[in-house]
Amino acid sequence: MWDYCGHSLDVARLRGATYADVRVMHLRQSDLTTKSGEVGTLGQSESVGLGIRVVVNGAWGFASTDQLTREGVAVCAAQAVSVAKASALAKKEDVQLAAEASYVDSWQGPCQKDPFEIPLEAQIDLLLKADAAMRQVKGVTLTETDMQFRKIDSWFASSAGSKIHQRRVLSGCGIVATCFKGDAIQKRSYPNSFGGQHILGGYELIEAMDLLKHAPQMAEEAVALHSAAQCPEKKSTLILGGSQLGLQIHESVGHPIELDRVLGQEANFAGTSFLTLDKLNNLRYASPIVNVVADARPAHGPGLGTFAYDDEGVPAQCIDVIKDGEFRGYLSSRETAHLIGLERSGGTMRTESWNRLPMIRMTNVSLLPGTWTPENLIADTDDGIFMETNRSWSIDDRRYQFQFSTEIAWEIKGGKKARMLKNPSYSGITTEFWNSCDAICNADHWVLWGTPNCGKGQPMQTMGTGHGAAPARFRNIKIGTAFSNE
Amino acid sequence: MSAATKTRSHSGRRAASAELQLRTVRELRAITDRVLRIAKTAGMPETEVHVDEVIDALTRFANNSIHQHVAEHGLTVSLRVVVDGRTARVTTNRIEGDAIRGAIESAASLAASQPRDPGLLPLPARQNYRAVRRFSSATAALSADSRARAVKNTCTLAETRGQIAAGLFSSGQSQSVLANSRGLFAAYRQTQAEFSVTMQQGSATSWAKGNASDFRAVDPMALAKTASEKAARAENPTELAPGRYTVILEPAAVLDLVGFLFYDFAATAVRDQRSCFSGRLGKPLLGENISIRDDVYHPEQLGAPFDGEGSPRQPVILVDNGVPRNLVYSRRSAKKAGTRPTGHGFALPNEYGEAPMNLVIGGGKTSVEEMIAGTDRGLLVTRLWYIRELDPYEKVMTGMTRDGLFLVEKGKVARSVRNFRFNQSILQMLKSVEALGPSRRATAEESFEMVVPPMKISNFHLSEVTKF
Repeated sequence: MWDYCGHSLDVARLRGATYADVRVMHLRQSDLTTKSGEVGTLGQSESVGLGIRVVVNGAWGFASTDQLTREGVAVCAAQAVSVAKASALAKKEDVQLAAEASYVDSWQGPCQKDPFEIPLEAQIDLLLKADAAMRQVKGVTLTETDMQFRKIDSWFASSAGSKIHQRRVLSGCGIVATCFKGDAIQKRSYPNSFGGQHILGGYELIEAMDLLKHAPQMAEEAVALHSAAQCPEKKSTLILGGSQLGLQIHESVGHPIELDRVLGQEANFAGTSFLTLDKLNNLRYASPIVNVVADARPAHGPGLGTFAYDDEGVPAQCIDVIKDGEFRGYLSSRETAHLIGLERSGGTMRTESWNRLPMIRMTNVSLLPGTWTPENLIADTDDGIFMETNRSWSIDDRRYQFQFSTEIAWEIKGGKKARMLKNPSYSGITTEFWNSCDAICNADHWVLWGTPNCGKGQPMQTMGTGHGAAPARFRNIKIGTAFSNE
Repeated sequence: MSAATKTRSHSGRRAASAELQLRTVRELRAITDRVLRIAKTAGMPETEVHVDEVIDALTRFANNSIHQHVAEHGLTVSLRVVVDGRTARVTTNRIEGDAIRGAIESAASLAASQPRDPGLLPLPARQNYRAVRRFSSATAALSADSRARAVKNTCTLAETRGQIAAGLFSSGQSQSVLANSRGLFAAYRQTQAEFSVTMQQGSATSWAKGNASDFRAVDPMALAKTASEKAARAENPTELAPGRYTVILEPAAVLDLVGFLFYDFAATAVRDQRSCFSGRLGKPLLGENISIRDDVYHPEQLGAPFDGEGSPRQPVILVDNGVPRNLVYSRRSAKKAGTRPTGHGFALPNEYGEAPMNLVIGGGKTSVEEMIAGTDRGLLVTRLWYIRELDPYEKVMTGMTRDGLFLVEKGKVARSVRNFRFNQSILQMLKSVEALGPSRRATAEESFEMVVPPMKISNFHLSEVTKF
């Protein structure tokens, strides 16, 4: 692979590139699903190819190819140069890259049990058993389970001399029970909705999730939701479970801090951000107990945003995003760092595949733990609602106004968890919401949740991001608007 | 043109021009023949193979300059074996040496790992397909320079008007062939071009987008002017109270919202009881002025005349004057329902079955301008954003308005207003359509392209307002 990297860089240089970096990637994926007792998807895929990014005449060009021959990668490099020359027809300023040392390194993410070595019969057996356990509950009308594994090898080289190989194994699993009754559909998912939990790691995740143990409870709750009271419409105290809070962080902190959005580079598609440059170090984003970091370092945990180097060869870092409630940092790249006064990129450029351009993406954007236990949090709440497991999510294109609904909720009355509520939802304005946070649970209840399906860019790229969160409490939140008719 | 781009690779696909060319159908057939031959030698009783090739290029701009400019070329082979009532799929972009043999062995191993599926059907035999022509040589040959010049003209327009332009201009060509060991062979190729632009004036934005098989049917400058003029009108929005409003949805807004119905028309979704049409077929559900069909042969549609199993796609009337009449079927769901497949199945194995991918919503004769002229008080909606499902059976969706929301008063566009969140049932909405415009191919960001009309709708539920 290094030979293809080196040859394409040589061709790019010879044709006038003042900077070039290249990624050869080999992606392997295994997908397994069941539905109502039968195997659904059963497949594996692999893709290998090379993508090269060049600067010529001060402008970017990118081309990719699956022709991994010296001739194929040379043609690809030449095409990237041609594309860059065309880009220069409509450029304003020359590309300016923050300085970065060159690195020669090889890194492999944590993986105790390689999922590609686990017998498929055992995987199918586990999912079919979980599926059957959900169908044991009367009233369940649809059951679904899934496992997904990926193994990604990347070879990065740059004209500055870096040569970095990384291997990341990613694993995920989940189960869903659905109940259609009367004129409503209710569902419950474990350990999270929309594909379950995903981490940087191996089959040890599947074993730790214990799908069989949780399957009956999910089915029972899906059926019970039909008899539950409707979540009221009011202003109330809100406690969010960890996985829902993870998505709240993703949408209302993670995306607004992407510097390419702030600079208008995503204006036509993903949108922009209310966090204009004047707000850096000049905005009370949240209450003083809120601390959020963007941490790609392995020490943060095995998240979908964990790596050793980003896809432009910058080492993983931990960035303060919100420090004691104050806005402190963006996600940046080598090209954008100087615009916020940084001498160095924050190391957040990531690509989905060899045929896609790296772009600024979330790493692990996490809310640091507080001091409470969930039991104390509920005992300390006289009147509120506890919501768990995302059902829908939506936020405007500048990331101000959001609305989330969850699969299930419980009333909290007099410091105790009371009756179940169906169709829960809450909405608000980002900074008002985060400033209303008055309690965060401690590290014992902090989980690094994986969001495997974050879409951004054109052509669209899907990226996995990590979000550490423990349950937290928010005061005076608008509840129930989504299902109100007024 | 560089010397290197004049070099032909071993595949012969590195063309003499700066742009690449797809392989010929004969070349792809050679690949499928090779896969089927190796599979037969390996003892596979039945094998299906898809070969997909794509050549795409995309010029992306923001802040009145090009900031991303990419080109890609890829070919994938996806094969499925059927052995003793079991099936599995392996996909790879490695076709050299023993890679195909390895993929076949992997698929056989995957298939053998699962219980026997009594509902699994044998592969279909040879089929006949209706011809479609969706390949434009001019679009396939569109160069990076040509796209960059169109982008530059857009950026110049923006600068002249004191605005900021962002968007993309893409062009590409793709082809798919599907063959199986029972003699089925299907081939399809198409080109596609797309131009999308957001114009910003002050803090206001507006947007326009076009998409067609032939790039000459997409007019970048006309789209840029539309977005520019609407952005100028969108400055200084005022805030209105949430509530129920009459809305005029432009085609992109209709597409992105109504497009969320597509999977509800799948027979498998109805069987799984997760469709909004479960228990509602044959009963009046929508307004009498609403008719929806799926028709891949509509002149403004793109897509192959066959599905993931090789069944010929059939036009299907889904909703007839407000009554949901028919569903779409894969071979498997058709057998379960005792009917014939409609040619809408996904490649197997999968748990979703099928879906209509070429929706056509019947239109009317009222133009958007006439809708505005006939509205005493309402809102003109350019585009919707971040649409998600709240209630799957009543089909209640949430989302935001975006890039140009205007108050209509006494038959005229009065002023720009701040964007709203909506929480609205699509079923209720399609009972409240007061006027329909002519249907045309629409393109947006949340649903795939369809043929839809603009709509004037009463009692649309706008629940909260945002800050811009």
